[in-house]
Amino acid sequence: MATQEPSSGLSRRHFFGGAAVVSAGIAIGAPPATAAAAVPGDTTIPVTLTVNGTTRTLRLDPRVTLLDALRDRLDLTGSKKGCDRGQCGACTVHVNGRRVLSCLTLAASAQGKQITTVEGLATGDRLNAVQRAFVDHDGMQCGFCTSGQVMSAVALIREGHARTDDEVREWMSGNICRCGAYTNIVAAVQQARTGGEAI
Amino acid sequence: MREFDFATADTVRTALALAGTGSAFLAGGTTLVDLMKLDVLGPAHVIDINGLPLTGVTVADDGLHIGALSRMSDLATDHKVTAAFPMVAQALLASASPQLRNMASIGGNLLQRTRCDYFRDVASACNKRVPGSGCPAQTGVNRTHAILGTSTSCAATHASDVAVAFVALGASVRLRSRSGQRTVLLDDFYQLPGTTPDVENVLRPGELITEVVLPPLSWVRTSSYLKVRDRQAYDFALSSVALAVHRKGDTIADARIAVGGVGTKPWRLPAVEAALQGNPATEATYQAAAKNAVIGAIPLSENGFKVTLVQRAIVRALVELVGA
Repeated sequence: MATQEPSSGLSRRHFFGGAAVVSAGIAIGAPPATAAAAVPGDTTIPVTLTVNGTTRTLRLDPRVTLLDALRDRLDLTGSKKGCDRGQCGACTVHVNGRRVLSCLTLAASAQGKQITTVEGLATGDRLNAVQRAFVDHDGMQCGFCTSGQVMSAVALIREGHARTDDEVREWMSGNICRCGAYTNIVAAVQQARTGGEAI
Repeated sequence: MREFDFATADTVRTALALAGTGSAFLAGGTTLVDLMKLDVLGPAHVIDINGLPLTGVTVADDGLHIGALSRMSDLATDHKVTAAFPMVAQALLASASPQLRNMASIGGNLLQRTRCDYFRDVASACNKRVPGSGCPAQTGVNRTHAILGTSTSCAATHASDVAVAFVALGASVRLRSRSGQRTVLLDDFYQLPGTTPDVENVLRPGELITEVVLPPLSWVRTSSYLKVRDRQAYDFALSSVALAVHRKGDTIADARIAVGGVGTKPWRLPAVEAALQGNPATEATYQAAAKNAVIGAIPLSENGFKVTLVQRAIVRALVELVGA
């Protein structure tokens, strides 16, 4: 029997988010953690990020990576933290149209640039052709690497590096899939490339 | 990650003015941010130099000038590089992953740390990270380590591919600091570990690589980069060969060759070049020449295979590029 989403419509993400709030609420008596700006000793800096067409200014510790800013401050949890060392590709996003690793990018250095995450690929409810092809070909198992795979796949089709299966394998080599869904990922990329839709 | 101040520089002058003790320039971040996360590096000041006008490739009388902030992926597809210096483009495309190549700058690539896993692991001793603490690689896990240019203090390899091509071509780096500008041959820029493996190059505190210059050499159009690794994508070299050959009829008139994955710095091989010059383009010539590559090699317990592998890689590169 297939696992179903809770009937309340809560997603898994909202459930865990709610659970975190509850557990924090148990710590009654702890001093409230406030996000007050510019207090003495405050080492945060203002960083303006344009993500999926929306511009936001955050106060961030300079150590915060683009990945952590996306996930923890902008609630864009599609980009995944796999290795957090630039080795697995699960955090792949596009910056000014080029695929990069958000875990090795300091958020402060992404100031003023156009950032696209997996959440920015679809048009309303209509998935990007690459996303649809991954569904059609079952291009995932656990799904943890999938958003990074999709972001790389979109980029490599735009780059013109998907003409043969060998080329796809070489140019997707920065995205690791521990489940081993590679065969279906290559098939998905080829469907998206040859499907006649703009990627 | 340790705390640091963050500043952005828009001009080289500003970047140099901000630099000082404990500062680090941030370009692509693929080395710096990684090692900062591991607490291997902990600069007090990080200066973002990505806005500096140090990108692009230009042709001049003294050769090809490559801006230090050019990204690996851009240089790999620049027609001035692919046409005249194929070994450089091939070395770049054999490096890292597409995402890392989109991020990493050429200057940063040259400055990536000469490193092994002991260097990255702050729980291990490492003379490079903590001078005087020891080198576990001498008797420990050392399959991927260097066989050339090593010392009892350090045997880590320099992992750059494009630096191997640059060294083969006799490239120079232009360096700027508040006190002026200088040009250093890349082969001299890198230092052997000796007793001070924490010193990897001659860059001074606050000094910035502004460009790489490749001297003109028409026959480098016949050149290649061969990389042998455990898996054929997204991996470091066990042995690599940057090779350019000037063939006249059945004779090798001249050659440039350097190897990677086997040395503590990109390793130019003048003795191999000399053994090729003036000799017939045959496999026998190549095999005899390749023996010169490993003179003075000191293998460790697990990397002795590299002594054979690098010679075979040289022969294969010659056969594929020149024929036999």
